[in-house]
Amino acid sequence: MTGTWALLRLVLRRDRLLMPLWIVCLAVAPMGYLSSIEAAYPDAAARQRFYDLNASSATFVVRNGPLYGSSVGNLLAWQCGFVPVVVGLIALLTVIRHTRTEEEAGRRELTGATVVGRHAGLAAAVIAACGACLVYGLVVGLGLAAQGVSVAGALALGLGFSLVGWVFAGVGAVVAQLTWGAGGARGIGIGGLVLAFLLRAAGDSSGSAGWLAWLSPIGWAHRMRPFAGEQWWVLALALAFTGLLVVLAVALSARRDLGAALLPARLGRATAKASLRSPLALAWRLQRGTLLVWTVCLALVGLLMGGVGKNVAEMMRDNQAVADVFSRLGGGGAVTDAYLAGTMTLFGLAAAGYAVQATLKLRAEEAAGRAEPLLATAVGRIGWALAHLTFAVLGSAVVLAITGWATGLAFGSGVSLVPAALAQLPAVWVLAGLAAALIGFFPRFAAAAWGLLGAFLLLSLVGTALQWNEAVLGISPFAHLARLPGGTFSAVPVIWLVAIALVAGIGGLAALRRRDMPVG
Amino acid sequence: MAEAITADGLTKAFGAAKALDGLDLTVHTGEVHGFLGPNGAGKTTTIRVLLGLMRADGGRATLLGGNPWTDATELHKRLAYVPGDVTLWPNLTGGEVIDLLGRLRGGLDTARRAELVERFDLDPRKKGRTYSKGNRQKVALVAALASDVELLVLDEPTSGLDPLMEEVFRQVVQEERERGDRTVLLSSHILSEVEALCDRVTIIRAGRTVESGTLDELRHLGRITIDASLAQVPADLASLPGVHDLTSYGSHVHLSVDQAELDDVMRHLAGAGLRNLVSRPPTLEELFLRHYRQDEPVGVAR
Repeated sequence: MTGTWALLRLVLRRDRLLMPLWIVCLAVAPMGYLSSIEAAYPDAAARQRFYDLNASSATFVVRNGPLYGSSVGNLLAWQCGFVPVVVGLIALLTVIRHTRTEEEAGRRELTGATVVGRHAGLAAAVIAACGACLVYGLVVGLGLAAQGVSVAGALALGLGFSLVGWVFAGVGAVVAQLTWGAGGARGIGIGGLVLAFLLRAAGDSSGSAGWLAWLSPIGWAHRMRPFAGEQWWVLALALAFTGLLVVLAVALSARRDLGAALLPARLGRATAKASLRSPLALAWRLQRGTLLVWTVCLALVGLLMGGVGKNVAEMMRDNQAVADVFSRLGGGGAVTDAYLAGTMTLFGLAAAGYAVQATLKLRAEEAAGRAEPLLATAVGRIGWALAHLTFAVLGSAVVLAITGWATGLAFGSGVSLVPAALAQLPAVWVLAGLAAALIGFFPRFAAAAWGLLGAFLLLSLVGTALQWNEAVLGISPFAHLARLPGGTFSAVPVIWLVAIALVAGIGGLAALRRRDMPVG
Repeated sequence: MAEAITADGLTKAFGAAKALDGLDLTVHTGEVHGFLGPNGAGKTTTIRVLLGLMRADGGRATLLGGNPWTDATELHKRLAYVPGDVTLWPNLTGGEVIDLLGRLRGGLDTARRAELVERFDLDPRKKGRTYSKGNRQKVALVAALASDVELLVLDEPTSGLDPLMEEVFRQVVQEERERGDRTVLLSSHILSEVEALCDRVTIIRAGRTVESGTLDELRHLGRITIDASLAQVPADLASLPGVHDLTSYGSHVHLSVDQAELDDVMRHLAGAGLRNLVSRPPTLEELFLRHYRQDEPVGVAR
């Protein structure tokens, strides 16, 4: 373990902007919710109504986890339901970024040849990620406590976020040992995160199989029961499991050589297929895996959400009280429609994530030096860029269509949800266009497209629930889409959004054509 | 068309840093042209400008008779490029990359491809991420050399190759040269390689051309080294024009002298009672090292 301290300082030096940035941005969210909740639901009666509406509805429990009570703290904890997923993702990516990515780039060889222990790099990455998650949890806890909620509840909420980060830092350490490339490791790790979310959602939404949620670290965060009789021992469970994962990672790492993986690389074709002869064919090779993973994952979530939607309808038949609340909101049909429309927004945001990733592949290719030899052949920049943008534009349509189909299948009303899902496309394309514009004009900051998506996500999921100002909500392209099913489709916003996407995309391509390649 | 590449006063700045500062380069059709300079001298930037990947701030460049920026894709059908730092797609095999790049250029000689794969001892079935640096270099070399093109642009193509493969590379380029219809621009640090392969060389430093010509011409620009035993060492020897690096011990002197002043200096030495004399023409290494050294002001040799 010699040299861990030095490598830890290297990790912190490299992440000196990124780490504080995510901690602050993600810590501001719960604090913002708190004041928004206090404003939107000022008295106990209003909060009780909110509780009645949401607590027993599988619909919302799937998305945000169990709602334990009607106090401000309960509502706050519930509203933060998706935060653990984000923290887990960040911890996972941080560890992979400082382990397998380093090794793949050959930089680990450089540090490995100096006086550092065999596992120092792994240890430094895990310590940095876990430390950041702990700091984040404490910032959230103390920040909320300073706003007047119970200290114990606030800390339990914050540390609940931390524990998901710790576990997924451990997951990152393990998957980094498994594959040759960081991409593969990220894929497996994110698959684990999706599985954890699904287990939690399944456990929380069904009465009989509640134990499923105990299999998920995301479920543990909710079972810390912040503001609802905190169960501190869950922290010990998470720490023990994290420790186990790290021990496993060290054991795996000790069994393999530098640069090698436990899953061996197989030999491939000695010559290319006849079809591999155009930028589009190459883009297909490079993008198809991503497209497949997104489609399958979202289709699975679609099946789940559709199944839950079916429960909503049944539950209203059984529960007179809930049905009364719903009917006041506009009738039973309207409520299932609203649920499905909300689900479609969720899928739209997810598909936008795919579109951003597919578009940023251009920048990744450029930065890795793989665009240069390609552009030195008879391939023009526009042709090269369009090949990848095809996936952002049409691939997102495929993702949405199949996800909509799967949701409709599980919901089982006989009505196709494919058109409702495809109605999200204009907003998805706006994000692809903005990402292309960033690549053209500000290549070094192209990753800011993720920040835009994050902002829109915040506005759509949180801003809407907390009734923020219309003008603020309108910044998100998703706010302008017809809420389908149930709403009325209108062509004008679609035309506007497509026009914005086109202008941004074409502007980006024009800039790409005029600038230097590659920009380091 | 006598010139495959001309560059005239190219300038290019990245922010405050000047990468090219009035660079000139002329490559005749059918020759192998060595392109030399210390790290950071602007070799790769020049090549990127010539390939239309970057736009020069000033100056003029032509490539195969066209404008490298505006006619890029048309011109790229007639050339093949090996970048200095080859990165491959992690999930494509070497064979797939060779075929893909060849097809995107407009065609690949499959018999030649097979021959080169054999000679470079390359396993084309491995995935890009599993190749070593030398093997990645081989993939790019095979892809370029198997293409039927007029111009090869090679940016330090042998970095990472073992000596055996370096030798194979030399043979292959030698064969290209004997065919006579291919032009090669070869950026390199390996002097023996340049000496063995290149008809003409251009040396650049700090974004500017400091020397250009055939190797023989360049040799004439260097200094001759002289070791002599004299009856008596003349006191004014160091102050003679063209004399450098003078050391003496007893009656023995060691000095280097500019070729233009050789006649004068020899007369002086003969007048001092010459007993023994050894003279040696400049080696290429001395020539290059003189330009590579950063402490000498740019343009001193002109």
